[in-house]
Amino acid sequence: MDTLVARYSRPAYHENEDFSEEERQGLVDSVPSLSLKFAMPPVAHPSAWLRAATDDRSNPSCPIKIAHGTTTLAFRFQGGIIVATDSRATAGNWIASQTVKKVIEINSDLLGTMAGGAADCQYWLAWLGMQCRLHELRHKRRISVAAASKILANLVYQYKGMGLSMGTMCAGVTKEEGPALYYIDSDGTRLAGNLFCVGSGQTFAYGVLDAEYRYDLSVEDALELGSRSILAATHRDAYSGGFINLYHVKESGWEKHGFSDTNPIFWKTKLEKGEFSNVTSDLSERV
Amino acid sequence: MSSPFSINGGACVAMVGKDCVAIACDLRLGLQALTVSNNFPKIFQYGDNVFLGLTGLATDLSTVSDLFRYKVNMYRLREERNIAPKTFANLPFICGFDSIGCIDFAADFIVSGTATDQLYGMCESLWEPNLAPEDLFETISQALMSAVDRDALSGWGAYVYIIEKDKVTKRLLKGRQD
Repeated sequence: MDTLVARYSRPAYHENEDFSEEERQGLVDSVPSLSLKFAMPPVAHPSAWLRAATDDRSNPSCPIKIAHGTTTLAFRFQGGIIVATDSRATAGNWIASQTVKKVIEINSDLLGTMAGGAADCQYWLAWLGMQCRLHELRHKRRISVAAASKILANLVYQYKGMGLSMGTMCAGVTKEEGPALYYIDSDGTRLAGNLFCVGSGQTFAYGVLDAEYRYDLSVEDALELGSRSILAATHRDAYSGGFINLYHVKESGWEKHGFSDTNPIFWKTKLEKGEFSNVTSDLSERV
Repeated sequence: MSSPFSINGGACVAMVGKDCVAIACDLRLGLQALTVSNNFPKIFQYGDNVFLGLTGLATDLSTVSDLFRYKVNMYRLREERNIAPKTFANLPFICGFDSIGCIDFAADFIVSGTATDQLYGMCESLWEPNLAPEDLFETISQALMSAVDRDALSGWGAYVYIIEKDKVTKRLLKGRQD
């Protein structure tokens, strides 16, 4: 058990090196406090075991169905950052919830988004919030978005290949950085950028967002674009839907712009603006 | 590779009322997560009051519904009469088939598709004997809409047929489009 823990609490690049028991113990003891240690399942290959137990794509009757499927987006613009998500959680084809909060308020001016394993995102972003607070207490100033996102990226990299599943974005506005947006996923990728969409509905959201996005968008137009992109994704992606969760991040902190049901928004968009003409709304209009 | 029964998605339900029956389907056609069409009815008409609801692999729905149309047409030409008018005009009746031919004669309701579990739950709680046509419409509509709202692969609107002795009413339900 301990050897398993030791093996996985070292960075991945050490994995193939051979260490004596003392060296191994020494490595474990000197692991910085950022690295949490979890009990591993008592099997030879924990990640393979996890995959067999949870991957409902290769094994539809797998005993643990992890909540997947999402559309989340965030983009930088002249007035700050817009963050928008859907709210559906699915386990296989079963819609487990339509009211999931996929925007995680790390602190009063940092937001994280949730895609992939709900538990992984929720747990590690809450943990990131704790690390950010500790940084604040130690250094007497707010953590930068770059530093916060890197704490998370380094953490997930330590668990690389062990079944973590998360695609997340960190958004915040600080004095030093201005509006800053980072994408982090469980492979360990960390990217800074102007615009990201993450999740099973990402392609649909990109389609709308790329067509209308400009950096000099007004705040009102930017909020509308974020909402419209999620709406497009919830329509075409079976695993996205429910409510649109909208946030605007500014230097004074983030501001929530509602958690709104897609149903009335969809019919309003269709009937008042004439979009979504593919959808039948009258028996007689059928061709 | 996922099961052919759940690649395209879809849901269908039929219910018995007093001197009437109802059949309803959703309108989604998908390719796994991608919704390809929201205008793909799964109910086919084979006579004045003979309806067939099909769910499963879309290519098989086309094949089977076309084969049925051919067979029903041949029957009508051979017999020089519509298929089973007496039976279907005088005795409102529903039944279900699985894909290997097992017939399920039911006195209450029949469900099929990817939202089967949800439909059973809704029908078991909402259905009651001897519903009048308008009440049957309300019941089958509520059952179908609530069921597909908990299934990722079904929904995007629905058609409902209320079949009475002397008339058939078809209605479009504007369901959630997510």
